[in-house]
Amino acid sequence: MAAISMRLPEFRKAVVPSVSRGDEKHLVLPGDTITTDTGYMRGHGTYVEDEKLIASVAGVVERVNKLVCVRPMNTRYNGEVGDIVVGRITEVQQKRWKVETNSRLDSVLLLSSINLPGGELRRRSAEDELAMRDYLQEGDLISAEVQSVFSDGAVSLHTRSLKYGKLGQGVLVEVSPSLVKRQKTHFHDLPCGASIILGTNGFIWIYPTPEQKDGDAGGFTTSTEPVPLSDREVISRLRNCVVALVTQKLMLFDTSILYCYEASLPHQIKDILQPEVMEKIVLETRQRLLDLEG
Amino acid sequence: SANASPEFEGRGGEELGSELANTLYRVFSSDKSIDLKSLCINPRENCWILYVDVLLLECDGNLFDAISLAVKAALFNTRVPKVRVLEDEEGSKEIELSDDPYDCIRLNVDDVPCIVTLNKIGHRHVVDATLEEEACSLAGLLVSVTSKGALTSVRKVGKGSLDPESIFEMMETGKRVGKALHAALQKILDEEESLGTSRQKVGFLG
Repeated sequence: MAAISMRLPEFRKAVVPSVSRGDEKHLVLPGDTITTDTGYMRGHGTYVEDEKLIASVAGVVERVNKLVCVRPMNTRYNGEVGDIVVGRITEVQQKRWKVETNSRLDSVLLLSSINLPGGELRRRSAEDELAMRDYLQEGDLISAEVQSVFSDGAVSLHTRSLKYGKLGQGVLVEVSPSLVKRQKTHFHDLPCGASIILGTNGFIWIYPTPEQKDGDAGGFTTSTEPVPLSDREVISRLRNCVVALVTQKLMLFDTSILYCYEASLPHQIKDILQPEVMEKIVLETRQRLLDLEG
Repeated sequence: SANASPEFEGRGGEELGSELANTLYRVFSSDKSIDLKSLCINPRENCWILYVDVLLLECDGNLFDAISLAVKAALFNTRVPKVRVLEDEEGSKEIELSDDPYDCIRLNVDDVPCIVTLNKIGHRHVVDATLEEEACSLAGLLVSVTSKGALTSVRKVGKGSLDPESIFEMMETGKRVGKALHAALQKILDEEESLGTSRQKVGFLG
């Protein structure tokens, strides 16, 4: 039967900072003085008042020679060339799609940057332009790589590989981009039975591992076969684990998510979201990660 | 409030606000929900009027349920000061409020209904949907249930259609869930009451 649990409001417990920190990072809050030395140039996230350099955002101070800037912790995604992102199509325009990637401006996916179904390599004609909606519609999710960054900060994407393209059935989790660790590869096939794409823009996509690996259609056809219950449970558990890691502000990468999944196995899937269970699981994960390092 | 969601900025939340107000009117339309006679001071002359203001601070789906729980909890917590009526020689009556802040009457919230929203997704229905689940569902049923299991109002929400059989199923589920919800809420309210002045007062941002 429905298990309804209610609780009285309590003060949130402060997240315990991880103990082993080799390099001390200079963390600042808005309004903190960074330095009183006037020889520095002010970069992003700082301003000068009364001959003092003060931070305007909460983040880490970065210094390059004479330039001081503050890199904020909780910010929109800033694209870099070579990043893998997961985005949602918002508009279909003349020769391109506009993709929402949790950044300041919508990203752009040009018609010439996608793989046509069938893998043909040819010039895009007027018919291709008219048939754009058959490939990608508003509301579709895609995985893509950043090709270049425009001068205003907008990001240009491409799906010129068989591993990118439209995403089928799965679960999307939206987190802050600063929590996703930059690694060699962002596509992981977890041994627990599901696959995960860690978009650097903070969109995490969890989906059932596809059987055939060759990807014949070039990534535009999506299977609508019903996903078996065991796979669904694995995916839900992974999703709750990711949410738990994010609430405790742990970096997301394949090892941390895997350890968190294993630590959560004794609990029921819906219990993972309770504050006490969340703390316990993440503590165990953190412990295992520390053991791995040292 | 605009804090809840960017679309509530300015006048954006007005439509939702009026929808919430109308739903609450219907839910409390039965005269057995709340004992209005206890609010009377002078028969046919003076009485207390209860105003309930709801401010949405964060929105993640299932608004009606949360609001009805909050309204019931707030009514349970309300303390109405005791009033004495003094008769003058000429017959004009004066109302005197007692000075003691603890001298008050409490409202009886046993029959106050709670709203349970059931959203239809595919062929089954879910209770307590998150914002993402609500986006997936085309139609839903909003039932308001008292603690004894009596329904005070039923309303269909959403732009999709509902099968009559599924409506029956949803009403039955709504009644069951509603009764459990009342029991849990009453338990936690009594627990908070028993803590008295020693309970932690936590703000929204705490």
